Amino acid sequence: MLPWFGWASLLLLVVGTVWGLAFAPSDFRQGNSFRIFYIHVPSAILAQSVFMMMAVAAVVGLVWRMKLAFMFIRVAAPIGASITFLALFTGAVWGKPTWGTWWVWDARLTSTLIQFFIYLAIIGLFEAIENMETAARTAAVACIVGVVNLPIIKFSVNWWNTLHQPATFKLTEPPSMATEMWLPGLVMLLGFYSLFATLVLMRMRNGILLQERRTNWVREYLEKQRVL
Amino acid sequence: MRKIRKRRLQLVILLLVGVGATTAIALTALQQNINLFYSPAQIVAGEVQPGERLRAGGMVVPGTVTRDSDSLAVRFDVTDYQGQVTIEYTGILPDLFEEGQGIVAVGRLQSAGLVVADEVLAKHDEEYMPPEVARALEAAEEAMRTLEAE
Repeated sequence: MLPWFGWASLLLLVVGTVWGLAFAPSDFRQGNSFRIFYIHVPSAILAQSVFMMMAVAAVVGLVWRMKLAFMFIRVAAPIGASITFLALFTGAVWGKPTWGTWWVWDARLTSTLIQFFIYLAIIGLFEAIENMETAARTAAVACIVGVVNLPIIKFSVNWWNTLHQPATFKLTEPPSMATEMWLPGLVMLLGFYSLFATLVLMRMRNGILLQERRTNWVREYLEKQRVL
Repeated sequence: MRKIRKRRLQLVILLLVGVGATTAIALTALQQNINLFYSPAQIVAGEVQPGERLRAGGMVVPGTVTRDSDSLAVRFDVTDYQGQVTIEYTGILPDLFEEGQGIVAVGRLQSAGLVVADEVLAKHDEEYMPPEVARALEAAEEAMRTLEAE
């Protein structure tokens, strides 16, 4: 599974970047600055869906006491935080030429910043609490509390006056942009998801080996890999 | 499902509902503070006192933009189709500033209906279009109008 996702993400990201930056048409009002779209939107979508996955894992972990679910939260949180940072950063870079400012305290931007801090809090809980099981359960509760922020981010542009524009991609309607413009975005989105899958699988593998380092099967596996 | 799991699931759901409800109540209470800007209708209705700092947002009314010939001062009206206020601003406008487009002005309400802004931000909508398509659309609209005129 791992090499598949790895190669898929490499291929999709390269194709999406070249297509989006070089071949897709520019926007009639924003010109070329709109091309940040191809990094900003996929990273923002992924930042939220990673959190959703973590919250689902948190429920599974808390209810069924599944170690793997907690492991997922632990390995996914730093990736999610990085992606959220990427979304905020590209948003600022995009905001400067279009809106005329790097940052405003509008509902969409602020709620995304809060989500970034929640990610950091979850990472912090894992680092701060020595006992792995207590840390995992506390972080899982934080995930469930933090998931309340997701609908706020999603609907912030509809509930309040914001500087940020409403969503271009909606589940129920066709996207409000030309096909040759959103197609590279879709490729980038799939690339981001594959990259996330690759990173999570790699980190999960390491995490499991570390957690089970005293068991026999890990010793046998590592000997077979000629690591020991 | 075993009893203990059911119990845990109930706790998780209770937590989610509790936190959700609390947040919803808090956000409703803060409704007005979360809005980034006042709409022209709200300003005209007197929701802001003259002299207060505010952000005003709306669409630039086509034909109202007047620029000073020897400074960067500019004056224009914004509307939300329910009210109209005038905005005065001295400085460089963002690239996307255009008649008929949305903006947010940060400044002080001078008197009823006049905002002196020290910063103007441009809003853009979620519609993206290649330039050729935009030109084609414009041409089509033009053709429609001439047809109607005839």
